[in-house]
Amino acid sequence: MTAVSTRSTNSAELMPFDEALSQFDPVLGLEVHVELNTASKMFCGCSTVFGREPNTQTCPVCLGLPGALPVLNAAAVESAIRIGLALNCDIAAECRFARKNYFYPDMPKNFQTSQYDEPIAVNGGVDIDVDGQPFRIGIERAHMEEDTGKSLHVGGATGRIHGADHSLVDYNRAGIPLIEIVTKPIEGTGRLAPAVARAYVGWLRELLLGLGVSDVRMEQGSLRCDVNLSLRPDPGAPYGTRSETKNVNSLRSVERAVRYEVSRQAARLASGRRVVQETRHWHEDTGVTTSGRSKEQAEDYRYFPEPDLVPIAPSVTEVERLRASLPEPPAVRRARLQADWGFSDLEMRDVVGAGALLLVEQTVAAGASPAAAKKWWLSELARRANDAGVALDELAITPEQVAAVQSLVDAGRVNDKLARQVLDGVLAGEGSPEQVVIARGLEVVSDEGQLSAAVERAIEGNPDVAEKIRAGKVAAAGALIGAVMKEMHGQADAARVRELILEKLN
Amino acid sequence: MSDLTRMSAVALAAALRGGNVSSVEVTRAHLDRIQAIDPAVHAFLHVDVDGALEQAAAADERRAAGEEGALLGVPIAVKDILVTRGMPTTCGSKILHGWVPPYDATIVTSLRAAGMPLLGKTNMDEFAMGSSTEHSAYGPTRNPWDLDRIPGGSGGGSSAAVTAFEAPLAIGTDTGGSIRQPGAVTGTVGVKPTYGGVSRYGLVALASSLDQAGPVARTVLDAALLHDVIAGHDLMDSTSIDVQWPSMAAAAQVGDIDGLRVGVVKELGGEGYQRGVRDRFGEAVRLLVDAGADVVEVSCPHFEYALAAYYLILPSEASSNLAKFDAMRYGLRVLPDDVAAPSAEQVMAATREAGFGDEVKRRIILGTFALSSGYYDAYYGQAQKVRTLISRDFATAFEQVDVLISPTAPTTAFKIGEKLDDPLAMYLNDIATIPANLAGVPGLSLPSGLADEDGLPTGVQILAPALEDARLYRVGAALEAMLHERWGGPLLDSAPELEAAA
Ligand SMILES: [Zn+2]
Repeated sequence: MTAVSTRSTNSAELMPFDEALSQFDPVLGLEVHVELNTASKMFCGCSTVFGREPNTQTCPVCLGLPGALPVLNAAAVESAIRIGLALNCDIAAECRFARKNYFYPDMPKNFQTSQYDEPIAVNGGVDIDVDGQPFRIGIERAHMEEDTGKSLHVGGATGRIHGADHSLVDYNRAGIPLIEIVTKPIEGTGRLAPAVARAYVGWLRELLLGLGVSDVRMEQGSLRCDVNLSLRPDPGAPYGTRSETKNVNSLRSVERAVRYEVSRQAARLASGRRVVQETRHWHEDTGVTTSGRSKEQAEDYRYFPEPDLVPIAPSVTEVERLRASLPEPPAVRRARLQADWGFSDLEMRDVVGAGALLLVEQTVAAGASPAAAKKWWLSELARRANDAGVALDELAITPEQVAAVQSLVDAGRVNDKLARQVLDGVLAGEGSPEQVVIARGLEVVSDEGQLSAAVERAIEGNPDVAEKIRAGKVAAAGALIGAVMKEMHGQADAARVRELILEKLN
Repeated sequence: MSDLTRMSAVALAAALRGGNVSSVEVTRAHLDRIQAIDPAVHAFLHVDVDGALEQAAAADERRAAGEEGALLGVPIAVKDILVTRGMPTTCGSKILHGWVPPYDATIVTSLRAAGMPLLGKTNMDEFAMGSSTEHSAYGPTRNPWDLDRIPGGSGGGSSAAVTAFEAPLAIGTDTGGSIRQPGAVTGTVGVKPTYGGVSRYGLVALASSLDQAGPVARTVLDAALLHDVIAGHDLMDSTSIDVQWPSMAAAAQVGDIDGLRVGVVKELGGEGYQRGVRDRFGEAVRLLVDAGADVVEVSCPHFEYALAAYYLILPSEASSNLAKFDAMRYGLRVLPDDVAAPSAEQVMAATREAGFGDEVKRRIILGTFALSSGYYDAYYGQAQKVRTLISRDFATAFEQVDVLISPTAPTTAFKIGEKLDDPLAMYLNDIATIPANLAGVPGLSLPSGLADEDGLPTGVQILAPALEDARLYRVGAALEAMLHERWGGPLLDSAPELEAAA
């Protein structure tokens, strides 16, 4: 890594987390940017599909060409209102867009069309579950804005602008609708601060997924989190100076970033230094934050109402229609599913914590038992997702396919070990579970003649073991089962093999 | 036909309809005229000879195929602030030098659909900031009445083009008077429609909440015909009004103003207005009375703050609108001297330093300051309050009268260079036109005669409530008819002949 991050990992600059929490009270703030999954951009008709060739999804409007004008995407407003309602916010009877003026090459107009003092949703709050404890998170506001383009800095060691030879800009992302959701200061978390941050973002992700308004793929940037943190000597004291750690893009990183900032700020404060008000960069690989741009001289964005757009005034009828269309709130949904599935609190927490609630629900809907669905997603598939460094729902397997694998097991066509190979095949893109079983020849052998012959060969080859079993040491059968399975490349019905061994030796 | 260029758009349309002349002939006559006299006038920044003739031929084919259109085949000039696909668009600025837009403004699309050949792009003050066209980075346009004088601004190119018979019609844009004031000082007709009446899509924004494109013509009826072509709701412009507009041409043909209530705005006249301007205005008022109008004096007390509010709102919006000119995607790119590997920010700064003229920089600085935190409430916020009060003045006035009238500009055309070093004196040219932009109401300027002291054109302005653009044409056409009768023909008949370039 770079000199920048090794400097910051210097342990002398960090106070152990527990020690930090014994001296300071953390105050959290979370700003989450969500890219909406509308078909077109916020102010033009360009497609929002991710990952296309650079600058192929652009037009005069989102390139900010002279003369072009924005036209508001009504679907984006609808999503914004639904998000606001789901966060228990008040929806503004009338609100406007504003221009946030600053120069940056990835911003085509050199102003961002955003909402400033008139957000569409204000003053909400949600109850989340943090390791089994309910916790209230106040929501300050949710507002609409457009995304910027993306800069690619070429030639430097770090991929950052500093040290780069030149930069390329892709405007495909410019103008994609964003909702920024800002919490009120979150107090009273104590040592749970990292867990609260993670639980809130995870909860929000689930909520947005349920609303169907965003893909919420953190690694693609469709959900981006800024973590604000400050420390104060005790809960009654005024807020300390905060840092804003930008673009923390996984649930685990949210937790780590809070932890890191607590330790970093505590070390500074304890040694008589002050915390600088600044934005900080999060380094996923080393798990540290480094100093970005200082905010001590606050940038003046010269906000003023966007004169190219008319005010938005959703009618009461419209808002009520959208309220009625909201899905079940997450807490209610969880309680219902837990009862349906007969899971313990602990089991349920594991499912939610793994981000597998919807996946398990869909797997059950596709015919698997809740226990089997939970087993596949939380063990086998969780391990693979972890190895690949992706979220569970990004694995190349659908809940329907997982249910199909389980039904192969239930029908006795594959055993658990073979089922894992079926998963490998599906994840490798070899087709449906059924196709993988056939193509890889994974079906268990249940032909009595073949099995019987193999068992006899195993007995002949291991006379000592056979003698022990005859003498009543049934537990020794395992060695013979192993020999049979080895000969049959694991594709034998282990239970039947055991039966045959015992029949033949008794 | 040697006098094709002297004909009104209405007369040209009739000749085209009657098969007496082709659009190619009409268009060629105007292109020839441009070639002959534009070196002296400099109304055009770009002349599209091939494109115009091609479009004229296409218009002739459309007519041959049986198509009828009020202005089918009548050529037009377009202010260089409207983007035109395949034709350079500079806004009178070096910073857009060489830029060829990939799309047409909605107005331009309408003109093409109407079969009107585009002669070229007309000169203007840089980004429409000015009242004299002296702030064009490509040199000033000259007033055909006196080549040493300004043709008004910012749309001096469009007004000069119709005055000099280089085009029968032109498109202008009016943010604080840039159609009407050039009309007044060149003895032509200019109309600023109701805000939202004509699409702003493809109009390079100066001040988004004030900008409005409109017709530039030699007669009220010609302007009305053009207005009918360009007005209408546009889904690409959120501030465009979704109404069914009545025919302006029909309104211009009513000709009767008996019983019409006319208000003379007390605050727009008197001190600061040139003697000849006041005299011709007084005569126009008497003609209206003679025609049966009910004329009263009306007070709009907050108009006195209009100029101050305008010069906060306009620069504020402009400072943001002009931020996009940063050398990153199009237009001029200047690398800073003595920097080996300049950053994007250094290139932006060097380009904006080299690419913008002084007046543009002055207004960007003013606007940036007015929007700054700590000053916003005192400047931008306060100006918005004044804007509301001015709208209320209009509302109150229009409870008493159907239309308001005033002189269009306080003076006749001044000498090139005379006010260049005195921005405040320059800003005062728009004192009578600005209130309409702040309130979004429509206004029309038509010639009221020649000032005795200098023999130069003066203008009278008619203002109507928002959406009542048709009223402007009804009153304007009636007044124009009476004035033509008095003068024994159009005012432009008394303009000096321009000598063709050698
Ligand atoms: Zn676009």
